[in-house]
Amino acid sequence: MLTRRVIPCFDVANGRVVKGVSFVALRDAGDPVELAAQYDRDGADELVFLDITASSEGRASVYDMIARTADQVFIPLTVGGGVRSVQDMRQMLAVGADKVSVNTAAVEQPELVNEGAYRFGSQCIVVAIDAKRTVPRADGAARWEVYLHGGRTPTGFDAIAWAREAVARGAGELLVTSMDTDGHQDGYDLDLLCAVRAAVDVPIVASGGAGTPQHLVDALVEGGSDAVLAASIFHFGTYTIGSIKEYLAAHGVPVRPVRGADA
Amino acid sequence: MTVDVVIVDYGAGNLRSVARAVAHAGVEALVTADPRAVEAARAVVMPGVGAAADTMANLRAAGLVEPVREYIASGRPFLGVCMGLQALFDVSEEGGEHACLGVVPGRVVRFPQGLTVPHMGWNTVKLRRPHPVFEGVAQGSYFYFVHSYYPRPADDGTVAGETEYGGARFASVVARGNLVATQFHPEKSGADGLRVYANFVRLALVQGTLEPAALAAPLGS
Repeated sequence: MLTRRVIPCFDVANGRVVKGVSFVALRDAGDPVELAAQYDRDGADELVFLDITASSEGRASVYDMIARTADQVFIPLTVGGGVRSVQDMRQMLAVGADKVSVNTAAVEQPELVNEGAYRFGSQCIVVAIDAKRTVPRADGAARWEVYLHGGRTPTGFDAIAWAREAVARGAGELLVTSMDTDGHQDGYDLDLLCAVRAAVDVPIVASGGAGTPQHLVDALVEGGSDAVLAASIFHFGTYTIGSIKEYLAAHGVPVRPVRGADA
Repeated sequence: MTVDVVIVDYGAGNLRSVARAVAHAGVEALVTADPRAVEAARAVVMPGVGAAADTMANLRAAGLVEPVREYIASGRPFLGVCMGLQALFDVSEEGGEHACLGVVPGRVVRFPQGLTVPHMGWNTVKLRRPHPVFEGVAQGSYFYFVHSYYPRPADDGTVAGETEYGGARFASVVARGNLVATQFHPEKSGADGLRVYANFVRLALVQGTLEPAALAAPLGS
């Protein structure tokens, strides 16, 4: 049976992991290769690197970082942040990313999704959608607006309509982040996940709001997501991936057992 | 001794991942589109992502169709991955009806409507029979999949492993003699995937000591 994926997400800048990571055993908690290997051993199903580097010199170090990580970690790697062209996608894939995630650029130039899917296959084009609740429809149904630039810029676009369009253009997966719940560790926006689930038939990765293992169960069962992305819950060492997977399994969610735990 | 492992480069992605996985098994593979390298190889890996029509167009443009067919017919070790499995069949229905290599009888078809597609993530493989490439891999091990089409072999005897998705089983491992192909990506499947590559490289080492005439025998069917 296809298992649901648990995906830790790292913010990286200039080739280093920058946001609160607390693996005490690590020699260098900022080293993406060491962290990736640790999460792999711990049972992560994929890894997402979100590049928040501003400078172009920094970009080169990200390519190097992906290459070094892919040399040693044999699970899927997704890289997002600052991908603005087919050339960017090509370079990310060439150095070892398995999927590239596009957000702002996909909204500003939607043909990028078509072209990326055409050149490299839908399976490696992830469209990331940052959605924020807005005025409900006349019948009371919830609505969400697409935000860009890390949640700073409203677009006026309906998030569900954009999800549908992104898939029609060739996105093979959607990474759906709720701007309302992100960072609060108070649970994912399940209404948003359900609305996207009803709109598209590609895999959905839920993001924004994980604080407890039950939040992940909710996103996967009630929200109908195929995967859950989280940062703080793992990085602050509150829960290991292994303990979360045990919790998911105990609550009827099919997961890939952590190696060693089942051997 | 040297083992010449060739990774067929026909413009598809994830070659580097495959090369890394082979390197992890202790062998530097040659990544090339040169048909002569395929002809001379002792082991060939054909990876691949993307669409069937592009794959075949690229193989044709590189002059690789006949060399790959002849290589496989010679009985030397061959590992197809994902699109590298699908390309082995007679026909793929991806984006129409496209003739493929015709090395393994059967068709490649789309998952039915109503399922989440691509089939993406870790799923189990039930091995139907032992194969040297899966030595040491436990029954029901997890591998990473990402695909929207799946193979439907005409000859049930070529199905070496199966995977369940959406309530139906499909052939996730196809094997015939030294020809093995997986719908999943062993190079992205952690330790079990690396074991598949290590076994494949070892198979090439063992087989490489044999005469080509002896190698052709198991494929006679």
